[in-house]
Amino acid sequence: MNNHMDYLKQRVLAGLMSRREFIGRAGALGVSAAFANTMLSHAVHAAGPKKGGTIRMGFQGGSTTDSLDPALATNQVALMVIRMWGEGLTELGDDGSIRGKVAESFSSSPDARVWTFRVRQGLTFSNGQPVTAEDVVATIDRHAGEDTKSGALGIIRGIKSAKADGRDVIIELETPNADLPYLIGDYHLAIQPNGGKDAPDAAIGTGPYILKEVEMGVRFVAEKNPNYWGDLGHAQTLELLVINDNTARVAALQSGQVDMIDRVPPRTAGLVARAPNINVHKTSGPGHYVFIMHCDTAPFDNNDVRLALKYGINRQEMVDKILFGYGSVGNDTPINASYPMYSELPQREYDPEKAAFHMKKSGYDGPIVLRTSDNSFPGAPDASALFQQSCAGAGINLEVKREPNDGYWSEVWNKQPFCTSYWGGRPVQDQMYSTAYLSSADWNDTRFKSEQFDQLLIAARAELDQGKRKQMYADMGTILHNEGGLICPMFNDFIDASSDRLAGWVEGVNGFALMNSYAPLRMWVA
Amino acid sequence: MAPILKLIAQRVALGLLLLFMVSVLIFIGTLILPGDVAQSILGQSATPEALANLRRDLGLNDPPVQRYFAWLGGVLQGDLGTALTSGQDIASVMWARLGNTLFLAFWAAAISVPLAIFLGLLAVRYRDRWPDKLISGVTLASISVPEFLIAYVLMFFIGVKLRWLNPTAIGFRPDADVFTKLEAIALPVAVLTLVVLAHMMRMTRAAILNVMQSAYIETAELKGLTLFSVIWRHAFPNSIAPVVNVVMLNLAYLVVGVVVIEVVFVYPGMGQYLVDHVSKRDVPVVQACGLVFAAVYIGLNLIADIVSIVSNPRLRHPK
Repeated sequence: MNNHMDYLKQRVLAGLMSRREFIGRAGALGVSAAFANTMLSHAVHAAGPKKGGTIRMGFQGGSTTDSLDPALATNQVALMVIRMWGEGLTELGDDGSIRGKVAESFSSSPDARVWTFRVRQGLTFSNGQPVTAEDVVATIDRHAGEDTKSGALGIIRGIKSAKADGRDVIIELETPNADLPYLIGDYHLAIQPNGGKDAPDAAIGTGPYILKEVEMGVRFVAEKNPNYWGDLGHAQTLELLVINDNTARVAALQSGQVDMIDRVPPRTAGLVARAPNINVHKTSGPGHYVFIMHCDTAPFDNNDVRLALKYGINRQEMVDKILFGYGSVGNDTPINASYPMYSELPQREYDPEKAAFHMKKSGYDGPIVLRTSDNSFPGAPDASALFQQSCAGAGINLEVKREPNDGYWSEVWNKQPFCTSYWGGRPVQDQMYSTAYLSSADWNDTRFKSEQFDQLLIAARAELDQGKRKQMYADMGTILHNEGGLICPMFNDFIDASSDRLAGWVEGVNGFALMNSYAPLRMWVA
Repeated sequence: MAPILKLIAQRVALGLLLLFMVSVLIFIGTLILPGDVAQSILGQSATPEALANLRRDLGLNDPPVQRYFAWLGGVLQGDLGTALTSGQDIASVMWARLGNTLFLAFWAAAISVPLAIFLGLLAVRYRDRWPDKLISGVTLASISVPEFLIAYVLMFFIGVKLRWLNPTAIGFRPDADVFTKLEAIALPVAVLTLVVLAHMMRMTRAAILNVMQSAYIETAELKGLTLFSVIWRHAFPNSIAPVVNVVMLNLAYLVVGVVVIEVVFVYPGMGQYLVDHVSKRDVPVVQACGLVFAAVYIGLNLIADIVSIVSNPRLRHPK
């Protein structure tokens, strides 16, 4: 039978037999349809990437107000467009390790204060110009400039100086940072000719594709860069369509108008997966949905109130009812297993007795107002209602106040003492903590100020001994878990889907959605 | 014809005044909304210094009255300005988007208006019998269901299950040939037709029934004309005025009210363009779109007025 199955697989690969026919014949041999499907996709994978064809994508997040300047990219579509034409110094590997991209190698001084990145030999921009160390320095320079609006400013701020020395770029930091190679690979920092100072939105870089058509918020078309140095980019043409409506995006995939979509709504993901020609891909990542309390505002300045609320939330229920199982429970820190150097803390469970105990101990018995809106995370009002119910079980009076979507981020988030929000996560723990939990952070949306935490964070940055560093991060997690203003009930999975016109999806790639946004560059038309 | 010309001149002048007032209202509206464009552009990454820098660059520190008149001065010279968020020239982007919206509206109107009038006539012809009840029932049902729901239902059955048409309008692109474009907008046009049909059909039916009570209709019947030609030749011309009014209102809706349909079907029209910029507080774009929408509304109403005057001898020759 095995021989016969192999024969059938070969026929499909050679285009002599349709997929449907294959599954039918396999069924005749007593192989279930699901298993036959898996066998076939393995066979396609094993046959290796095919060149040519067009991959059409429907993604959420683009807007007519976007710009091609990588410094201003804020959404999935803008990120994907940068991936097509540009590359940073480094990139994240599938297993979460870091490796060179435009830089062929990198090294640091023993104290992690001075870093040297060597620019890859013979690399050219898509306009034919060779890539020099000066271009890299100029790129860093532009994102760090006086009046920059760059999304990478938080990363660049720690750089004291960057200078070119032959093929080397030497970066000196204000304070030591062992994570620099991770941070410098940020997608905003795509290397541009002269750093993009002359034409920030020219979309000229070293990437596998060259943008041909651009209609902001509507569609982008890119053709393979014939001189691309690496092994990314199998399709000849990429066509990216912005489809912000969830139902329309799924319908476009189901009907074959597009081959790949992102953000399948968790509520319908199960139904979508039932279609025989569609594969739904679930990837766990660092994104999480949160309830945030300001640690400096009454009644949340009392740690017992914070603990009462932390014990008063039913995390598993949220994962089941809000994420429909596409996610995992949180533990009141922003870190999960998708981060390097993660160590697990004892899981906090829903415990109405402990919640009531801490509430009583705090001496506060007034109502607690929680503000929420639909756009703070999908299902936030429902999650708030669940929270209200589970708190009621502990005798805590939680009042849910619904706010309008419009203006939520400017009027409620980071202003009101208790509200719902989300975080997309960061590639490394240091960056996540520095962004939102360091006392002096701009986005410290829980107003968490702990001297001990800050000291550990700074010390961990300079620590090159992985074991010691891991312990420091575990200690910081414990502090936040017990004293922080963050209630993190769940980490949301990324749910993407592709049709069987495409092959080459790799499960469990570290980073963000769509194989860390490399899916269109690594998949091929089968 | 002189009184008509005078009337048109009056209406146009009034329309311009209205446009001016609309622009003031939109401007005030965008000021009242929470947050400003600088905050929207920077989003979560807004640090106080970055906000101050951006506000200075965009000229947001000038007093609102000064900003408004600077904008008005530009518009009077035909310059709509540039978008604050992306720096694109508003006019060039907006005209292309308006063209797409008009293309969609045109085909929706070309199908729905004749269909509505024909169904209205048919309903009168078979008044109170099953065709009348069927037509009323179906059209009222289609207007009662929210348009996005009709859109999703058609998308699912016709686009995904039956595969007769593409479920979304993403095949619509500037360089496509006209058949591809028509194929792309088939479903949106169907939804729009269902949404506007009932209103126009009911008005046609009511207006004609009203006229059918007149003595001259009885005369026409006594002459031995068939019922349909009585309706078509005698009753319909006399009920044009109210019908045109409601048709124009619906045409205006097809241009300015299709935001939801454009978003659902991913159609690159004015609606999506406007929504994106309202959420970013991009005042010049919102102003420009608002003006165009208001102009369409006022213009179509003007046409409705003129048609009802021309079609009515009593108004054409006032004493």
